Amino acid sequence: MRKHLLESLITPPVTEPAPAPDEAALAELARTVDGAARRRLGRSLAIRQVDAGSCNGCELEIHALSNPFYDLERFGLRFVASPRHADVLLVTGPVTWNMKAALERTYAATPEPKWVVAVGDCARDGGCFAGSYAIAGGVAAVLPVHLHICGCPPSPTQLLRALLALLTHPAHKLAQ
Amino acid sequence: MTTDQPHSSLAALLASGAPVTGHRPWPRCLVDRPAWQLASAQLAAGHWTLLGLWGEPDLVHLALLAEAEGTIGVLSLACPDQRYPSIGQTHPPALRLERALRDLSGLVPEGLPDRRPWLDHGSWPVSQPLAAAPGPPAPAAAPYPFLPVEGEGLHQIPVGPVHAGIIEPGHFRFTAHGETVVRLEERLGYVHKGIERLLAGADLAGAAKLAGRVSGDSVVAYGLAFAQAAEAALSLTVPPRAQRLRGLMAELERLANHFGDIGAICNDASFALMHAHCGMLRERVLRLAETCFGHRLMRDCVVPGGVAADLKGTGVQALRALLAEIEARFGPLIELYDNTASLLDRTVGTGILKPALARLYGAGGYVGRASGRGFDARKLPGYPPYDGLSFDVPVLDAGDVNARVWIRIREVQASLGLIEQLLAELPVGPIAAPLPAALAAGEGMALVEGFRGDVLVWLRLGADGRVLRCHLRDPSWFQWPLLEAVIEGNIVADFPLCNKSFNCSYSGHDL
Repeated sequence: MRKHLLESLITPPVTEPAPAPDEAALAELARTVDGAARRRLGRSLAIRQVDAGSCNGCELEIHALSNPFYDLERFGLRFVASPRHADVLLVTGPVTWNMKAALERTYAATPEPKWVVAVGDCARDGGCFAGSYAIAGGVAAVLPVHLHICGCPPSPTQLLRALLALLTHPAHKLAQ
Repeated sequence: MTTDQPHSSLAALLASGAPVTGHRPWPRCLVDRPAWQLASAQLAAGHWTLLGLWGEPDLVHLALLAEAEGTIGVLSLACPDQRYPSIGQTHPPALRLERALRDLSGLVPEGLPDRRPWLDHGSWPVSQPLAAAPGPPAPAAAPYPFLPVEGEGLHQIPVGPVHAGIIEPGHFRFTAHGETVVRLEERLGYVHKGIERLLAGADLAGAAKLAGRVSGDSVVAYGLAFAQAAEAALSLTVPPRAQRLRGLMAELERLANHFGDIGAICNDASFALMHAHCGMLRERVLRLAETCFGHRLMRDCVVPGGVAADLKGTGVQALRALLAEIEARFGPLIELYDNTASLLDRTVGTGILKPALARLYGAGGYVGRASGRGFDARKLPGYPPYDGLSFDVPVLDAGDVNARVWIRIREVQASLGLIEQLLAELPVGPIAAPLPAALAAGEGMALVEGFRGDVLVWLRLGADGRVLRCHLRDPSWFQWPLLEAVIEGNIVADFPLCNKSFNCSYSGHDL
């Protein structure tokens, strides 16, 4: 183990510079987040991820955000274990009927103010599972959604750019 | 047919039934009840392995493997009254498959001891969605009756469906005595998306897309299994270059997942250093997949007939560079794993799966191979390009978390060797065979080795080339029940280790 620790002292980090916040995400947030809630954005955020029916592809890429290349925590974004600790629900998948109640209860357990980010093409409108007897629809069919991140699945860079938009104070953006 | 004489071989039983024409590459035969029950007895006696059980409105299918004789086949039993003799009553691995089949098709397994629904949680707008005439919604869901556990000093810990980590949803009901787990009962089905109903009527391209989204970590495995089933149904030959490229994709997927798993298992024992290093290796593999084939998870890269993306010269160079990097970095990581006593203290002897149970359930992948079952679909039945490549299938007997880590380590090494062989001889030529202009009716089946185990796809195409019925069976069906068995007697805190070392798919199981 000593060898590995020493090596990491003398080799440069693999962590990559932050990408620019996603413009489309900034525009969507400007529309969906208003008033008092807007003033609270731009700070460190605790994220609770909820799989509401995904194929687990989005989970893999969300996981990747924590690897040393993307190192999500350096931006003050942190995954938490309970919705009670969360500011943001990061919801993946088309919402299955079998997960609808659990998703609603997770949302109810999240304290105000809270934001919902829908991740993946399925979370937008059900994607290729739309129309199934087992699917309630996209996340917006069940919860108010503030931000959509598209992709099947979105790459970690796409995820990061959209999440960084959450940290960019919308007021700052509006003033531009 | 004579069914009073026990058939010693699956081939003989298949030969005694009425063969269905146009089912490839293995036979499918219509059998009568006595033959069905004979197969059930052979399964229960441990002579054969259950590969799958699925149905249609008035037909139930049983896919079987007789490993000793190297035979694979499907028995079909007509059930005009929507009833068939339960396999699960004597062969427990079929239990959940039969419960799911009843939920989806309404076929009643006679004698099935567990009558609880499995995938239908009482929240769909229909019931029996795959039946000829789907019914009205199931009555408002009563609380799901978990199996009773009685005894002094026992307490229950309900976990999920929403878990603490970034993982898929499912419910675990632990009954513990102090720290020790007395019983774990799983309840799954939360991510049921109705994929098999969506597949019915889909065209080949749309169906391939759906099949590739059954389990996000097995995009290539499912894509390949669906493509092979479609190619079997259409008698389509895949060009050699496409076969080799498919092999490359499949091994990259295996590498990425095994790196992720090895790191995550160590992380569940709070050994974050290993997680960080394995995470970097995984990321490099995914980036390489994007460079080579255009998508990190290789979504939609395998298509019926061949592959969608060709490997360029720069891709070959990048692959060789990655092989060199992994070989340089992975060795020291194995050493780190093997020399960290506090980590081994958590993995050695934890969550032991007995070889007899692995064999009974036909557990695939690292779960089976860490418990003495050496089955690998790349060897048996075998399929291109693996039939021309040399590689070892590692097998261990310990059956604990440590053994499942070591199988993954050995498989990483085997995959590196396979990629080297595939790159050494990459024929030039087309990357896909054109689909026949006039698509014909037919049935196809495929068994493909994903990183987690063997994925089965069964497909019936109509005369217009559309999918009439497609069934996809994830290896997790035969691994989830075993997780309940291995946690027994372990402490609650070791569940994450056991669970991660199995890494079953929720989505692949729930469909």
